[in-house]
Amino acid sequence: MTMHDHIAKGWTRDQMAARAAKELRDGYYVNLGIGIPTLVANHVPAEMTVTLQSENGMLGIGPFPTEDEIDADLINAGKQTISELPHSAYFDSAASFAMIRGGHIDLTVLGAMEVAENGDIANWMVPGKMIKGMGGAMDLVAGVKKIIVVMEHCAKDGSPKFIPECTLPLTGRNVVDMVITDLAVFQRPDHQSPFKLIELAPGVTAEDLAAKTTAHYLV
Amino acid sequence: MAQKLYPSAEAALEGVLKDGLLIACGGFGLCGIPERLLDAVRDSGVTGLTFASNNAGIDNEGIGKLLRTKQVKKMISSYVGENKEFERQYLSGELEVEFSPQGTLAERMRAGGAGIPGFYTKTGVGTLVAEGKEVKEFGGEDYILEAGIFADLALVKAWKADETGNVVFRKTARNFNVPAAHCGKVCVVEVEEIVPVGTLDPDCIHLPGVYVQRLIVGSPYDKKIEFRTTRTTDVG
Repeated sequence: MTMHDHIAKGWTRDQMAARAAKELRDGYYVNLGIGIPTLVANHVPAEMTVTLQSENGMLGIGPFPTEDEIDADLINAGKQTISELPHSAYFDSAASFAMIRGGHIDLTVLGAMEVAENGDIANWMVPGKMIKGMGGAMDLVAGVKKIIVVMEHCAKDGSPKFIPECTLPLTGRNVVDMVITDLAVFQRPDHQSPFKLIELAPGVTAEDLAAKTTAHYLV
Repeated sequence: MAQKLYPSAEAALEGVLKDGLLIACGGFGLCGIPERLLDAVRDSGVTGLTFASNNAGIDNEGIGKLLRTKQVKKMISSYVGENKEFERQYLSGELEVEFSPQGTLAERMRAGGAGIPGFYTKTGVGTLVAEGKEVKEFGGEDYILEAGIFADLALVKAWKADETGNVVFRKTARNFNVPAAHCGKVCVVEVEEIVPVGTLDPDCIHLPGVYVQRLIVGSPYDKKIEFRTTRTTDVG
């Protein structure tokens, strides 16, 4: 240990995605959000079959295409070109959200601006800034069986993002099951229970974490 | 059977377009947008339009073209990023926007087309989306009432159709085209190819002809890609 060991080291974006990937199970149908959540796809264990859903109407997202394979009719929800797999299936947007809202998707990994200690999530608008819309985020948090948020522990200005009560307009009320940040992992067994700290990132102490978190959680 | 195939987008929209219509439009981003029909709507000069469409195009593509000419009064959408003219009109108050969560929007179209004027959903409970909407409890959980969309006109882009209007889409270009087609009083579809009746597998029709009143062939297409992402090496 050096004199700098009080500086929390934490996880990189890719390590956060790898941590989220540990929640995958064989046979899961999973929807990944844009940003860090997309990286989770790179960490699916080789022996596991995980089918990725794209809310614009596809199950079985393949890797990015080669230059020759690019197809304007084949994109993901982030509007990036993708490829298909032997078991892929296409469907329309109403069917896509029927499977999301109807509880047929096992897991979603999303980014967030704020998560509250009661499981509220805010990730779609900042008052005073141009509103671009919620896309499918409200449907996902309302319908998917397990909701994992992956986000930086603090905002760019250093303020905590896991807080007692959301200050931004909500995407969903009491919906988050697990929060993975660059510093720690919090989880709760059901929507009536408080979050519990279950893991600290390397080099992060419980005191570091407490100093950077305003939400209440069990240790 | 009445002739459904028209010689041009302009001809297919004749007698249907007027000011103030509610138009349901297919597409997700620039994927599967009815570009020939949108161009024809622009050229017709009708104004005061409301579009139920997941997105609003980008500058100079899709509905973005009709924003530029100020023919759109209101958008019902889930996501409207990547469009500067949209942003300008929205911030100046020229353009009204109703944000509808993506799945709720798709279901509102589907419901309208299925004769269902309203439905309860968990999506948006406890958020700004729930404001002013009835909340009802089912099995101890709250749901909000959302309204079906009954559009005057549906604009749809598909891959293939036969002359009776049976339609097949291609890959993720299907998206909102199916629910949009369902909820239009009149549905006009542009396709890449008309195939002889009997060549489409009846077990694999995505949109049966009953939903389709008018058809055009829009080829050749130069399909736009918003984010061209590729890999160089083999992925296992």
